[in-house]
Amino acid sequence: MSSAVTRLPDHQLAAHGAAYAEAVSAKRRQLYIGLALFILAYIVAGIVAEVRPATFFTNLWRFTDYIGRIFTLEQGAAAGRFVLFDPVEWMWGFDKWMKLLWETLLIAYVGTLTGAVGGFVFAFLSARNLTPNSTVGFLAKRWLEFCRTVPEIVFALIFVVAFGLGPVPGVLAIAIHTFGALGKQFAEVAENIDMKPVDGLTATGATWAECMRFAVVPQVLSNFASYALLRFEVNVRGAAVMGFVGAGGIGQDLVEAIRKFYYSDVSAILVLIIATVMIIDLSTERLRHHLIGMDNRS
Amino acid sequence: MTMPATDHPLRLAARADRDGLIQRHPEIFHPSPMRRIRTGLILALLAGLFAYGLVVLDFDVARLVTGVGKLGQFLWFMLPPSTGTWAKFFVYLHALAETVAIAFLGTFTAAIVALPVGFLAAKNVVPNVVVHFLSRRIVDTIRGVDELIWALIWVSVVGLGPFAGVLALLCANFGLFSKLFSEAIEAADRKASEGIASTGGGKLHGIRFGILPQVLPIFGSQVLYFFESNTRSATIIGIVGAGGIGLHLAEQIRVLEYQHVSALILMILVTVAIIDQVSTRLRFALIGERAAP
Repeated sequence: MSSAVTRLPDHQLAAHGAAYAEAVSAKRRQLYIGLALFILAYIVAGIVAEVRPATFFTNLWRFTDYIGRIFTLEQGAAAGRFVLFDPVEWMWGFDKWMKLLWETLLIAYVGTLTGAVGGFVFAFLSARNLTPNSTVGFLAKRWLEFCRTVPEIVFALIFVVAFGLGPVPGVLAIAIHTFGALGKQFAEVAENIDMKPVDGLTATGATWAECMRFAVVPQVLSNFASYALLRFEVNVRGAAVMGFVGAGGIGQDLVEAIRKFYYSDVSAILVLIIATVMIIDLSTERLRHHLIGMDNRS
Repeated sequence: MTMPATDHPLRLAARADRDGLIQRHPEIFHPSPMRRIRTGLILALLAGLFAYGLVVLDFDVARLVTGVGKLGQFLWFMLPPSTGTWAKFFVYLHALAETVAIAFLGTFTAAIVALPVGFLAAKNVVPNVVVHFLSRRIVDTIRGVDELIWALIWVSVVGLGPFAGVLALLCANFGLFSKLFSEAIEAADRKASEGIASTGGGKLHGIRFGILPQVLPIFGSQVLYFFESNTRSATIIGIVGAGGIGLHLAEQIRVLEYQHVSALILMILVTVAIIDQVSTRLRFALIGERAAP
C-alpha cells in the first residue's frame, strides 16, 4: 500500500513555520532564563557551602584511598590484603555486632509499633471525613505535622539528655517521628474509603467509636499494615544511626570505628548493616505484596 | 435524628428478626475459628516481641517517669524561643543559609551525576543483563548507607565543614536518584523511540528525542520533591560536624540552652515549610496539578 503526504501550498506553510519557530524560540528563551537562574543559584550555594573544587579534585584520591583502606585488613596473618582473604579476622567482632544489630532491629520494631498505635488513633481523629469535630481534627493534624517535621535524630538528642544514654531515647525518638509520619499516611488512606458503611452504621445509632471499628477499620487495615511495614523499613535505617548521638544500637560502634580510624571495622559494620537492611527490605516487600494482594481479592 | 437511637424502627425490626439474621449471615456472626485463631496468634506474636523488646532495651517505669518529668521541665525552659542576642541570631541565620546551600548543591549535583547512570541502569536502554544487575546492585549499596554515615566518612576525608555535608548528600542522593531515574526510564512509552528508529534515527537519537522529553519532567519533579526532604537531612548532618545548623543545634542541646534550642527548631521548621511550598509550586508548574504524587 502506498501513501502520500499532502503538502500544503508554500504560503500556508510559511505561516505555520513562522508560528512554530516563534513557539520554539519562546520555549528556548524560557529554558535559557531558567538555566541562568539555576546556575546563579548554584554558584551562590557553592560559595555559601564553601565548596572548593580545586581542593576537592586534588584530594579525591583520599576518598578512593579511604575506601581501599577500609577494605584492607589491619592485622592478623593476612594484614595488608583484601578483607576477604581472612574473613574471620575481618569479622572478629561478629557476635558483638550481631547483638547490637538485633538491638537496632528491636529499637526500630518497638518504636514503629508504638508510633503506629498512636498514628492509628490520630488518623481517625484527623481524617477530614471522620473527625469527630473540626477543632479536634485541626489540633490532631498540627500535632502530627510537628512530630514528623522535626528530624528524629533531633528528638533523640533531646531525649538522650532527658532519659540518659541507651536505647530508650532512640526508641522514643523513632516512635514520635513514626507517630507523625504514619498518622498522616493513615489519615490519607482513611480519607479515601467508601463512606457507605459509615452511613449505614450511623443510621443504626452506632457511636463514633463503633462506626470506626466496624465500618472503617475493615476497609483500611491491610493498607495500614502495609504502610507500617514500609515505615519499619525506614526506621531500621534510622535506628542504625541512633547510636551516633548515644541512643543505642549499632551506630555507637560504627561512629567509634570511623572516628578512631579502625578501618577494617568500618567496612565490616557497614557490610553487616547493609545486609540487614536489604534482608529487611526484601522480606517486608514480600509481606506487603501479600497484604495488598489480600486486599484486592476480598 | 430526633428519635432515640434504641427506638429506631430499623433497629427494632432488626432486633425482632435477630435469630433469622444470624441464620442468614453466619459468616458475620460466627467468623470461622481458624481466622480468629490466626488473628489472635499474629497479635500475640506482635505483643510478645514488643514486650521482649521492652525488656531487652532496658525500659523501666521509674526511668520513664523521671525522663518525662525532665522533658516537661525542658519544655517549660524552652519558652519563649529566643536566641539571646541579635548577633547570635545572625550566626544561626548564616548556618541556616549554609544548610539550604548544602541541600541545594547535594540534591542537584546528585541529579546531574545520576542522569547518565539512570540510563545505564535502565533495562530498555542498555539491554545487557550483566550491566543491569551490576549497576542496580552498586546503586542499592550506595543507597543502603545513611546520609549521616556518608557525612562521617566525608568528614574524615575532606575535614569538618559544609563541603563534607554536600558530598554526603551527593552520595546518598546519587544512589536514590539513579534508582528512581532508571525506573522512570523503564516505564517510559517506547512508541516514541520506535517511531524515531523507523525514520532512521540512531540509538542516541531515540534516547534524546524519544525518551528524554518523556522522563525529564518526571525527573524534575522527583528532584524537587527530594530537595525538601534533603533540607531536613541537611539540618542534621551538622551533628557529626558536616556543616549547617545541626552543629549549633547539637551544641545548644548539650549545653542545655533550651531557649536557643527551641528557636533553632522553629527556624528549621519555618525554612522547611518555605522550601516545601516553593518546591511544590515548581513541581506543579513542571508536571501539572493532577500528576503530583
